[in-house]
Amino acid sequence: MDALVIGTIIKVVLVLLVVSALAGFGTYIERKVLAFMQRRLGPAHVGPFGLLQIAADGIKLFTKEDIIPQNANKFIFSLAPVITAATAFIALSAVPLFPTFVIPESLPLIGGAIVPSIIADVNIGILFVLGMMAAGLYGPLLAGMAQANKWGILGSARTAVQFLSYEVVTGLSVLAPIMVVGSLSLIDFNNAQTGGVGSWLIWQQPIAFILFLIAGFAETNRTPFDLLEHEAEIISGYVTEYSGLRWGMFFIGEYANMFTISLIAAIVFCGGYGDLGFIPGWLALLLKVTFFFFLMLWVRASWPHIRPDQLMWLCWKVLMPLAVINIVITGIVVMI
Amino acid sequence: MHEEIIHTDSTSKEKQNYVMLELGSTPAYGWPAFKQVVKRTVNGELFVGLWITLKEMGKTLFKGGKHTTMYPFEKMPISPRYRAIHNMLRLLESGHYRCIGCGLCEKICISNCIAMETRYDENQRKEVSEYTINFGRCIYCGYCAEVCPELAIVHGGRYETASEQRASFSLFDDMLTPIDMLKQQQEFAGFGSVTPNADAAIKKTPLAY
Repeated sequence: MDALVIGTIIKVVLVLLVVSALAGFGTYIERKVLAFMQRRLGPAHVGPFGLLQIAADGIKLFTKEDIIPQNANKFIFSLAPVITAATAFIALSAVPLFPTFVIPESLPLIGGAIVPSIIADVNIGILFVLGMMAAGLYGPLLAGMAQANKWGILGSARTAVQFLSYEVVTGLSVLAPIMVVGSLSLIDFNNAQTGGVGSWLIWQQPIAFILFLIAGFAETNRTPFDLLEHEAEIISGYVTEYSGLRWGMFFIGEYANMFTISLIAAIVFCGGYGDLGFIPGWLALLLKVTFFFFLMLWVRASWPHIRPDQLMWLCWKVLMPLAVINIVITGIVVMI
Repeated sequence: MHEEIIHTDSTSKEKQNYVMLELGSTPAYGWPAFKQVVKRTVNGELFVGLWITLKEMGKTLFKGGKHTTMYPFEKMPISPRYRAIHNMLRLLESGHYRCIGCGLCEKICISNCIAMETRYDENQRKEVSEYTINFGRCIYCGYCAEVCPELAIVHGGRYETASEQRASFSLFDDMLTPIDMLKQQQEFAGFGSVTPNADAAIKKTPLAY
């Protein structure tokens, strides 16, 4: 077989395993950070610093009874978590992760395989990623409607309203940097910002960056906008009737989406995987992604939820006009 | 009549000394409303919240500001007035149990959970042959400890009462001070006594803000 094909398969397996593990590790980090911000300890008993709590939770999820409610549409009920998890991982296939490297020839079977930086180097990378994340809205939507539960219905109604609205803001906010760079490929975005911190697009497009972050929080269902499963109002929203591994797949999907949004924010606005002074590129990207991930937890610990009507007000009356104005100004500047 | 009511109302308001906050009027539409939106949007209030949580995280991590009690390994001192599983005390001189079998605790128990049987022993003294407390019924009201003329039954501090058997804590011998622990038997501090860490827990009342 072609060296690149083997390398791509290796990369696919690596991304699947690493991101699934990172989703588990993300829950651990989230619990720890939230605990520290609330002067608690967080998980502390299972393993050193509670690190094996992830394994304990995993075992619990795997061995839990798989309940499908009596009146639920069983096929769609089982399909919905797969959609969430699958779209989250498919979105990651067009995101560059770590530099390309060649496996040494001395290894048997896979020796000489070229592991690419990006699994599918499509020339419309960012469009593909955003599109896949948008397709992910079918997960919560179908889950809520298939489970014959009124909280689920409310959750899926909110999914439709929230994801569709903020899809507009994400698209419009990313449009301005796309106009500046003149390409949809994430690698071109990275190459456009290789001149150190000063060349980052965040300085040229601060409004687009903030809008993208806000919309990203809404699309990954993170705290100021986690109306889909807001516990005080609608129990658990679209995951009310889910248990065990199916619920776990929603969870993995959500955390994979958080990583994707962090990655896109880092690549499009914050210099991508270019070297940062003495810090090598891969470490710089990792640090940026970690920062954005931490920001999500930080915001969750600090800010309250907003009401659905405030969410809509914010989207259509503030963010979308700002995004459109930003595009118009960017267009004029680019033309000049 | 009507005027009088209004008058008393207004005087009471004066006495309570309310302060009205200067919030200004809320613009409903147009340019003022837009200005308010912009003002609130670029306001840094949200970052104040972020800064507070970050500060708390720093305190927790580096300055030992954790509030967690590592419960099974570390316990808070409880008040001597705490009413948990009962203790049966012994006489310090002879080591004999203090209970004289008067039956007052059984009589006063409002949830009928104390059952006792007594008989005369060979010295014609009252002897307790059966004494159980049904902890499934006991509401830990403390009447039995209060009515006991000999301070024989008191409430102890054993609050971890999960067990495999209903009868685990409730037999007379379980509640009685073990004879080799007689030296360590604590006298019931009585109602109104303070917790061991009361001095440490005292804080100054903030009188001025």
